[in-house]
Amino acid sequence: MAKAKMVKTKHDDIAVLEKCPTGIKGLDEITRGGLPRGRPTLICGSAGSGKTLFAMEFLMRGAIDYGDPGVFMSFEETPEDLAKNFISLGFDLHSMMSRGLIATDHVYIDRSEVEETGEYDLEGLFIRLGSAIDSIGAKRVVLDTIETLFSGLSNTKILRAELRRLFSWLKDRGVTAIVTGERGDKLLTRHGLEEYVADCVILLDFRTQEQIATRRLRVVKYRGSSHGSDEYPFLIDESGLSILPITSLGLDYPVYNERIPTGVPKLDGMLEGKGFYRGSTILVSGTAGTGKTSLAATFAVAACRRGEHCLYFAFEESPSQVIRNMGSIGLDLARWVKEGLLTFHSARPSLYGLEMHLLTFHKMINEFNPQVFIVDPISNLSAAGTVAEVKSILTRLIDYLKMKNITTFLTDLTHFIGNLEHTSEEISSLIDTWLLLRDIELNGERNRGLYILKSRGMAHSNQIQEFLLTNQGIGLIDIYTGSGNVLTGSARATQEAGEKASEQVRRREADRRLREQERKRNALETKIAALRAEFEVETQEVHLMAEEEQKRQAVQEEDRLDMAQLRKGNPSAPQAKSSKKKRERGVG
Amino acid sequence: MKAVLPEKGKKVKTDTPEEIWSLRLYVAGQTPKSITAFANLKKICEEHLAGKYRIEVIDLLKNPQLAKGDQIIAIPTLVRKLPEPIKKIIGDMANTERVLVGLDIRSVPK
Repeated sequence: MAKAKMVKTKHDDIAVLEKCPTGIKGLDEITRGGLPRGRPTLICGSAGSGKTLFAMEFLMRGAIDYGDPGVFMSFEETPEDLAKNFISLGFDLHSMMSRGLIATDHVYIDRSEVEETGEYDLEGLFIRLGSAIDSIGAKRVVLDTIETLFSGLSNTKILRAELRRLFSWLKDRGVTAIVTGERGDKLLTRHGLEEYVADCVILLDFRTQEQIATRRLRVVKYRGSSHGSDEYPFLIDESGLSILPITSLGLDYPVYNERIPTGVPKLDGMLEGKGFYRGSTILVSGTAGTGKTSLAATFAVAACRRGEHCLYFAFEESPSQVIRNMGSIGLDLARWVKEGLLTFHSARPSLYGLEMHLLTFHKMINEFNPQVFIVDPISNLSAAGTVAEVKSILTRLIDYLKMKNITTFLTDLTHFIGNLEHTSEEISSLIDTWLLLRDIELNGERNRGLYILKSRGMAHSNQIQEFLLTNQGIGLIDIYTGSGNVLTGSARATQEAGEKASEQVRRREADRRLREQERKRNALETKIAALRAEFEVETQEVHLMAEEEQKRQAVQEEDRLDMAQLRKGNPSAPQAKSSKKKRERGVG
Repeated sequence: MKAVLPEKGKKVKTDTPEEIWSLRLYVAGQTPKSITAFANLKKICEEHLAGKYRIEVIDLLKNPQLAKGDQIIAIPTLVRKLPEPIKKIIGDMANTERVLVGLDIRSVPK
């Protein structure tokens, strides 16, 4: 019955077994589709490594997501304990049982009340399992932990033979089974169960490193199928298991040409006037106090203004502290939080392992579905793991965000020592746009400078801009580059003020000269007018004098004629008459 | 289907009437092991508990749901229901000594 139906997948082009999806986040990616259908799979691990939970989730997801009823045969826990465990995963076992989706059976042997004598077999177990399977038409079976039988029965020879028979019986029944086993010292399981379950073996590991516990999963063996062979970190939380495949995603995410503003107009200007690409990854690195958080908050506010949802992971400050501090540069984050567009998540990086952080990222992203995702700062994550681990986590995170077309804004605290153009997490190759905030120390003061180290796919500015934090937000100012110097801060201000002053002086001088000339011209014109007036007066006088002289001459002539008349008699009477008339006219 | 109850009438009153041994033998079909077990059991009972025992044979192939109640895993399994406490013996009962120890009937006089 175990129909190992051969199917071709285009993925690896080899014939693989038919797979049974587990529904456990990430596992189906690693195993390229799930567990081998119709075959038993061994899950081994030390105590507390999550074997039972794994098995339970396999059943639950199968029942709920794939409509496969399942049987949980427990050799350790009572049905009450099981129900409690299921509740911790958010499943109501009793309701599942009453709906005929799950059947449980608790198998229990107390060695003290059992005597063995002679030949026997485990047919009773088979019958119980068989009847449970038949009662609900189960397609999935969990045996947790069958090895307990070894402590209940002393005849291991019979037990081993029967286990071998059990696994082939399970195959014959065509059920996809999970058998859990306790981790042994040398073998994968204490009693060498892997010997019987040859198809698929998954090892769960739970180890503590530098006080941070990490769960890991490895597919030890998967007959007839390719599978991821790395150790994958996984998490157990209230929604079950989540496995985080490191390399499951290829570099085949879609890209978009849409551009989104940065929130700082001048910075948009440096990026071809349009800002970042949507869905790209932006890194802002800089030493302490260079304004990384301010830039991140500005970007967040810009996103909220566009009506987009922004998820802000703060690893250094509490949300209220970020909100208060950003208020000082005129950013009202509280308003967007209230409107539900901005969501903060604050956690100490060392609170839990990196996997948990990554999972929290994933969960929050799935929950809030943001368009903009901010982590401030990523460098703190290194407190929770090694550099390689952090890099792998960030690689997966960035891949995931790119798949979802979420614009990612990361800040990175670089240290004073060493090269600034170096991220502590070595993730520069994952970054699309890299802004560097740096100190510029000059003339006894420290100023902030911003420049674009790289920005894929755009002709960005190569200028260093002075980065100012004002109560109106972030300002970028061209650095003074006149007279062959590069000046920032007060030096720039002084230089600019000095230049402004001297220019003003020059301008004033020119104005003054203009006014002087005008005044001169006015004076000249006044003078001309005066002279002209004088001249007029003189001319009038001259005319008057000339007239009077004429008159006088005329009178003289008359007088002379009168005199002559009086002396010599009558030389010419008509002449006398005419001159008389002339005189009368002149008087008139 | 109800369990086969052989030898039911073979109760003999003794001086201690509460000393009725209620035994239940779980089998799965008429397998050689089951038949051997039943034969061995009957022989032991006849020898040591003559007249004060009752054997109930339960065939799990017919009544699989009964396996849960007595926590039956191995076949054949003999369950001593009475006298209490419950005792279990698994196997074909080829070793009489062990059966007697298991059923705790060594002390019982013949």
